[in-house]
This record gives sequence, structure tokens and C-alpha cells, in this order.
Amino acid sequence: MNSSSNLINALFIFVLAGFIGFEVIRRVSPLLHTPLMSLTNALDAIAVVGAIFLVGEHKSTLSTVFGFVAVVAATSNIVGGFLITDRMLKMFKSSRPAAKPAAKSVAK
Amino acid sequence: MTTELAGGQVVIEILYLIASVLFILSLKWMSSPTTARHGIWAGEIGMVLAIGGTLLHHGMSYRLIGIALVLGTIIGVPLGEVAMTAVPQRTALSHAFGALCVTLVGSAEFYLRAPDISRFMMAVLSLEVILGGLTVTGSLMAAGKLQEILPQRPLTYKGQNLVNFVLLAGALAIAVTLVLHPEARSLFPFMILIALTFGVLLIIPIGGADMPTVISLLNGYAGLSAAAMGFVLDSKLLIIAGALDGSSGLILSIIMSKAMNRSFANVLFGAFGQVQAASAAGGEARPVRSATPEEAAAILSAANRVIVVPGYGMAVAQAQHKVRELYDALSKRGVDVRFAIHPVAGRMPGHMNVLLAEADIPYDRLIEMDEINSDFPQTDVALVIGANDVTNPAARSDASSPIYGMPILDVDKAHTVMVIKRSMNPGFAGIDNPLYYLDNTLMLFGDAKAFVGSIVRELTGGHG
Repeated sequence: MNSSSNLINALFIFVLAGFIGFEVIRRVSPLLHTPLMSLTNALDAIAVVGAIFLVGEHKSTLSTVFGFVAVVAATSNIVGGFLITDRMLKMFKSSRPAAKPAAKSVAK
Repeated sequence: MTTELAGGQVVIEILYLIASVLFILSLKWMSSPTTARHGIWAGEIGMVLAIGGTLLHHGMSYRLIGIALVLGTIIGVPLGEVAMTAVPQRTALSHAFGALCVTLVGSAEFYLRAPDISRFMMAVLSLEVILGGLTVTGSLMAAGKLQEILPQRPLTYKGQNLVNFVLLAGALAIAVTLVLHPEARSLFPFMILIALTFGVLLIIPIGGADMPTVISLLNGYAGLSAAAMGFVLDSKLLIIAGALDGSSGLILSIIMSKAMNRSFANVLFGAFGQVQAASAAGGEARPVRSATPEEAAAILSAANRVIVVPGYGMAVAQAQHKVRELYDALSKRGVDVRFAIHPVAGRMPGHMNVLLAEADIPYDRLIEMDEINSDFPQTDVALVIGANDVTNPAARSDASSPIYGMPILDVDKAHTVMVIKRSMNPGFAGIDNPLYYLDNTLMLFGDAKAFVGSIVRELTGGHG
């Protein structure tokens, strides 16, 4: 294992992803800040993969128990997060007929 | 990880890559309500691919994983179906769950690896569990305050910042010790304990009006701790998801702190709630003009342009559906009705938009502060429902006011201002609002839901 090159790779990914995140999220309409937060919450629960390893590999009792609780917590975030984001977004309706997104609609 | 990846490993890594791309697209599509639901699908597909890929790893025992996934789903479904008014506390609770996952995984990794752990890894792991730990308890406290299980009043005491600082320094000192001497495993639980305590103390001085900033900040912490976990586990996917969530939380905190005229540093170091203590109400009773629902209805129906300014009071009174009826009744009479949304109105970013959308008010009627502020001088009636500080003209003119400099909605520039309010009691913040004493202001005393209901009845001729 070449840990220092792994570390540099990881730093590259972190900085670039943070940059993309910043640029993408800056463009999110303030209208949708609440669903944005519940969506990022669900996406963030991808931490479940780390927890799944702990449970699946069963290296020690402590790690299995911690991993188990972690999987439960993260899964509830995934399920609950996507559900509520979807419910919220369904509520946002335009007063213009939905069929034709008019060309003059506000570009943001 | 070996340099030569096995075939199965390549498949898994590619699944993770696709998931990362889908996550980014998911957030990109959130830029507009017309594409936002694609964003959810992208996120969901990415999530399924990532979890599926993880389960492909060799040597996994699936039984416990399966039970945990089912259990998580059982807890998650009701959390996805809470009422829209409960969304702020639900969000805080989910920050706590996310951070709990990260903290537990970090702790487990520590005990599996230490003392055989590189200095850098130990530093990142400490960051992960300290951020995670304080986010767990901080978010639980925030959720408790929002759910009104805990007192909402900010609790301050002498030397508060010093105590917090000492605690944080203590946690960092343990982290440094562990980096240098990872064999001192017995110190680890104390680091966690301090982080958990710090989280509680951080939120104690926070009042309701500061919640949007705090929730955003906790969101950012949760994301950063997940990214740190990605470093520890050498998982690119997790680093990316954590970085996205972290930047989202930080951007929202910056927007919120700007909307409250606080510096970001001021927010980061937890100096919230200090505004509250200053400037009690003036004391002397100045005259205000008040109006009945009949008079209010008459003024509204004579207007051409109306801007409604909703605040947390509307949410508390559950008045959003009555407000929709008012919107319908006025629109039917040809009155142009729009809604002015201050970034920190409510208890979390975007709170008012969600409540009004739930009440079926079209989103193109919900206008941001910067866009609508110049329209107030041409507006016949500004109707303030349950909002206070965000309409306080003292923020523009009175340098001694604790909220001086905070960007506000210029409702006082409308021809007539109507404010629905329970009483002249200045409420938590204790900041007097000169808006109420202006010549063009009419106070409508009563419960927001009941008062708007009576106006609607007047407008629709008795059956509403």
C-alpha cells in the first residue's frame, strides 16, 4: 500500500469535488433550499457503505455492533431523505401550464 | 488496496464512479423546480448502484446487513412522511443520524487499527469523530428545540465562550496526543465524550431565529465528517459525497449568515444568540392604528398589487392554507398577489417556500428578497403574516439597533402595511419594531389563521 500517493489522490478528489459542489449548489434556486438539504442528507448517507463493510466483515464484536447501528442510522436517512425530498418537490407547482415550459421563463 | 485490481474490484469501482456522477447530476438538477425531480431519481439510482456494488465485495456476511437495512427502512419511512411543518426538526434529526453513522464507523475503525495507524490517518480520524460527535448532540439539541421538547429560549451564562473553547481545545489536545501516540487507546473515548458535550453546549445559547444558520452549519459539519471518513476508508465515493454535502451546508450557512448580517467567522465559532440579550422593548406604549378583518378585506380588495410577507408565525399558526384561500380570493378579483421570501424567514433555509408550496401556491409567486425589494414602493398593500425582524426598518436606519445592517424586506415603503400579530408583545427577540408605529401601518391583532380566515370570509361574501 502506497499510502502517501493514496493520500494525495484523496486530497485531489476532495478539493475538486468540493469545488464542483460549490459551483453546482451556488446555482440551486433559494426556492428549493429545504429539499436541497434533505437531498444532500440522503446522498451523504452513502456513508452506509463504510458501515456495511464493518458489519459484513465482522472483524470484532465492537466493530460489528457499531457498524450495525451505523447501517440502521444511515439507511433511515437514505429512505427518509429521498421520500421527503420527493414529497416536497411534488408540491412545487407553477401557475403556468406545465405542458410547455415557455421560452421566456425566468432564466436563473 | 493492491495496485493490481481484481476484475470484480474494477466493476465495483466503476459502479462507485457512476454513482458519484449521478450524485453530482442530482444536485445540478436541483437548480430549478422543473428538473428537480430528475435529481431525486439520479440520486436514488446512484445510491442503489453504490450499495449494490458494496454488497458485491467478497467475504461479506449478509444476514446482519440485511437486518440493519430493513430496520433502517422501517425507521426511515415515517421520517420521510412527517408533516411539512415538522421538516426543520426532521432535518436536524437526520443530521444527527448521518453524523452518528460517521462517528460510529470512525470509532470502530480506530479500535480495529490502533496502534497500527499512520499519523495522518489518526489526524483525519480524529477530525471525523470530533466533527461527527459534536454534530450528533448538536443536531439532537436543535431538533429538541425545534420540536419544543427543549426550551427554545437561548440559554446564556458567563464565560460560555471560554468553556466551549476550553472543551474544544481539550478534544484537540487528545487528538494530537493520539496522533503522536496511537497506543494510548484509552484516551479515545474521552475525545468522543468531549465532542458530544461540546455539541450540546454549542446549541444551548441558540435561539429560534438563528436556527436556519445553525441547521445549515450542522449540515456542513455532517458532510465534512463524512468526507473525513472517506479519507480514512480510502473511499473516493464517500469523499465526493461528503465534499458535496459539506459545501452545500457551508454555502447555505454563508447565505444565512449574510441574511442576518453576521460574519461567517462569527457563525463558525458559535457566537449565536448574542443579539437577543440587547435592547429590550422601549417600555412606553406608543400609539398604533389597528383594523378589523372587514376593514382589512376592503383595503385588500381595492388594491392592485399586494405582497404577502410570511414568517415563522405563519408556520406556528398553521395559517398557510388560509393564506392560499386569501391568495385565491384576491387573484379572482384581479389583484396581483405575490409573496416576499426573506432568506431566514422560518426555521430553516427555504422553510417558507415549502410551506406555501404545500398549500398549493404556485412557486413563481414566491419571490426572493433581492428581486422583490424594489417593488414595494409600487405596492398598494404589504401584508405581514407572522414575520417580525425581517421587516424591521430599524435594521436600515438605527445604528443602535441590534439588528442594524441586516438586509430586510422594505415593507414600510408600500402604500399601506398590514401586520397580523397576536399582540404588541415584542416576543423572544425583544427588539422593538418601529414599523408598527408608522402612519401607513395597520395592526391586525389576532391569530394568523383565524384572522386570515375572517378576511377570506369577508372577500367571498360569508361562505369561506
